[in-house]
This record gives sequence, C-alpha cells and structure tokens, in this order.
Amino acid sequence: MKWDIKNIKNWKYNQHLEGALIPEAGNAEYYKTGGWRTERPVIDKEKCTNCLFCWIFCPDTSVIVEDAKIKEFDYDHCKGCGVCAVECPKSAISMIDENEFKKQENT
Amino acid sequence: MAKTVALTGNAACAQAMRQINPDVVAAYPITPQTTIVEEFATFVANGKVNTEFINVESEHSAMSACVGASAAGARVMTTTSSQGLALMWEILYIASSLRLPIVMHNVNRTLSGPINIHCDHSDSMGARDAGWIQLFCENAQEAYDTTIQAIRIAENKNVHLPVMILYDGFIISHAITRLELLEDEDVKKFVGDYKPEKYLLDIENPVAVGSFDGLHGFYFEHKKVQNEVIERSKDVIVKVGNEYGKLSGRSYGLFEEYKLDDAEVGIVVLGSTAGTAKLVVDQMRDNNKKVGLLKLRSFRPFPAKELFDSLKKLKALAVLDRSSSTGSFGGPLFGEIRSAFYDGKNSPKIIGYIYGLGGRDVSLNDIEKVCNDLSDIVKTGKIKKEIDYLGVRE
Repeated sequence: MKWDIKNIKNWKYNQHLEGALIPEAGNAEYYKTGGWRTERPVIDKEKCTNCLFCWIFCPDTSVIVEDAKIKEFDYDHCKGCGVCAVECPKSAISMIDENEFKKQENT
Repeated sequence: MAKTVALTGNAACAQAMRQINPDVVAAYPITPQTTIVEEFATFVANGKVNTEFINVESEHSAMSACVGASAAGARVMTTTSSQGLALMWEILYIASSLRLPIVMHNVNRTLSGPINIHCDHSDSMGARDAGWIQLFCENAQEAYDTTIQAIRIAENKNVHLPVMILYDGFIISHAITRLELLEDEDVKKFVGDYKPEKYLLDIENPVAVGSFDGLHGFYFEHKKVQNEVIERSKDVIVKVGNEYGKLSGRSYGLFEEYKLDDAEVGIVVLGSTAGTAKLVVDQMRDNNKKVGLLKLRSFRPFPAKELFDSLKKLKALAVLDRSSSTGSFGGPLFGEIRSAFYDGKNSPKIIGYIYGLGGRDVSLNDIEKVCNDLSDIVKTGKIKKEIDYLGVRE
C-alpha cells in the first residue's frame, strides 16, 4: 500500500483527505473480510475437473487460479457464502464449519 | 456589452447554463423547473453547447449521475424542484460529503401533500442540513447572475461544495421580466476552465471515491471539516459576488439591506417576497415610518454573526418563513435568526410569520399588517403572538 495509514486512528479531523478520498485505487484487498466466515470451502482435488465454475461464480474473487487450474481459496477474503459449493457440478467443494476446522487444526 | 432581454426566470437560467457550457448535465423534468431542462436540451440538440446531456429515469438517478460525473472530473450542473429534490435526498448528502462542486437550480415548489405545484420553500428547507450552499434569489436577474457565480463559488479550492440556486416557482420561473444577459465571452472568462485536483479519470494518479468508513469511523471528523468549509465559503460568496459586480454592475453578498440604516423595525425574507416587501417599505417610508428590510441570500452558510450585526439596532423584527417546519417553534428562518440574537444585549423583539404556503399569494396588505404589528410591539413593548400566519383562511 502506497498510502501510509498506520496511525490513521489518531489522525485529527483535518488530516484526512478532502471528501474522504483514498489516494490510490484497487485497495479493497487490504481490507480482510475472511473473519466474517462461519463455514469455509474445502476442495477435493480428486473430484475437481478444473471447470472453473467456482472461479466464475465467486463474488469475492477468492478462488485463486494458476495455469487454468484451481490452486487454492483466498481465506483472507472468502466470506464463506458457499456459492462455489452449490455451483460445483462435481460436488468437489464442501463447506466445513469454521469452528470444527479450527478445532481439528489445533489437534 | 450586456444585452437587455425579456425572459422567464427559467429561460434566463437556461441561458446561463448555455454560457457556462458544463461538461455534463443529468436532469429530469418536474414542474415548475421543466422549461429549463427543455430549453437546455434544445441547446444540446442544436450544438450550442458541448454538454453530455444524460436523460435519466428519476431525480435519484439524476443526482447519482451528477455525483459520478463530478467525481470523474467533469463540471456538472442539474436542476429540479419539490418532489424531485426530495427524491434526490440521499444523494445530496453524498455530493456534499464527497466535496463535489455540482451546481443545481431548485425552483422552489411546495412538497406534497395535498398535491400542490405552487411556490413555497418547503422543498429546499428540507434539504437545509444536506451540506449544500443554498443561495436564494429575488428575481430572474438574480437567478441568472447567481447561476454564473455559483460555478466559481462551488469550484473555489477553499470550498469544493455543491451549490443550490433557489428561486420561486412560477413567480420567478414562469413570469417574463426584463433582465440583462452578459456576453457569452464574458461568462466564459468569468467561470474559467474547470481544473479538478483529484478525480477518477486521472489514470496517472488513481484514487478511490466514496469508500466505506464505518469500521474505523472518521465520519465525525469529516462532518467537522464540512462545517468549517461551509463557514469559510462566506468569504468566497462575497468575493465572487463583488467580482461579478465589477463585470456586470450588480454586486452580491450574503444578504441585501434595504433602508435598514435608520430603521426602527425590520423584516427578514427570502426570495421573491422581497420585491413585494420593498414596495411596502417604500410606502411606509412615505408615511414617515422607519421600516427596513433584509433579504437573505445565503441561507447556507447561515451568516448568523453578520445578520446580528446588521439587525441589532432594530427595536422589533419580523421573520417571514415561506415554509412550515411542522412541530417546531416557528419556521426554520425564524428559529435560526432568533438563535443568532440569544446572546445579544438589547436585542430586538423577534416575531415569526408563516406565509405563502402552497403558493398562497402574499399581498401588500399582508406585509403592511406585519409592519403594523411591529409598530405595536415598539409602542407597547409587548408581543401579542410570537408565531403567526399571514393569509391563511381562519
């Protein structure tokens, strides 16, 4: 990020840019929305045919594709809406309870 | 050389828009503003302007398109009235908070209901907290002149706020009067080129506009800035008004004082009623009654201190509101003027009148009654009624 906002919470009223402008574009990625998620998509790569339906349907561009193949989900931004799991023609994506996942991860 | 013409207020404002030649106009027709849009659309069709004219399906879309175009870096104008302004409501606040210098005519018409197309100020009074500069005009000449000045005020680097030009529906918008138009070249030079500093179409320096502010919460800080900026715009309104005076011979300020110097009693009005009231003041003066008038031009920013200084010597003052802020203590103008006098010593007695709602005609007799009420207050030292109506059938 070009714009230094480390201390923005302490900025005085007249330190902000006019009209609440942000002096750069395409910065929504810095705002992590993954914390909203209650269920996370998990892909079974055995079943996946890389049709990329999930990539097309994902409203948050959280399906990462490399060389025309599904690489992974971007869990920093995936809100867990589940559209990918519904649209997957091979049922290769399942939605896993986030708490269950974390418990499993810890053990 | 200025040209003397006979035009309606709307036609005069359409001429001002032609001379300004804005980059984008997005507007939707509504009575009594329709003829501005009609006439301006003809200028577009005939190639008299280079404006991109956007036909929209509603005023909500009109103001939204204006916000988008202005954020993109265009000089933008629009016009509306009444229900149209009401439909723009939420976007009015977006325009001012994004600090976009959009210039809009609102031809004052009452807000329904009962459904009524005639003049009062309830439409723009409802938008008084929207963060726009609001300038009221007495006649077609003032509406034309203010349109040209509004561009300079809005785009001034110390301001960057949208401006609403207000004039009375039908009374000014549709009556043909004599007025002077400036030469096209003079207007072009006066308004100059619009050079926005940061805008969406500047691809070398990309910006994000209208971002969500809710989680960190800087809304409060931005509102304080808006308050300071609109307060500062008072100087710019006066400066531009004086500069326009040098060009046209007609100077403008925050308000006009009429025979106030030695007045004992005074009246404050907005809009076309000032014309009627000036005539009554003259008649009163013929009968050696010391009556004066203050015609407020800038309702937003509200020049509280300047009004106090101008009116403090009066013994009694009547504030005429052409709108009713239902449930409040008097009309909006009354409340703010009285508040401006709260800390004053020997302040005049101040009374308020609601008049002219839904286009109810205001007669010389009505204004005379106000003057006589004020004289009684000076004589007896007592106010019979703090808030009264003029011209309602009782």
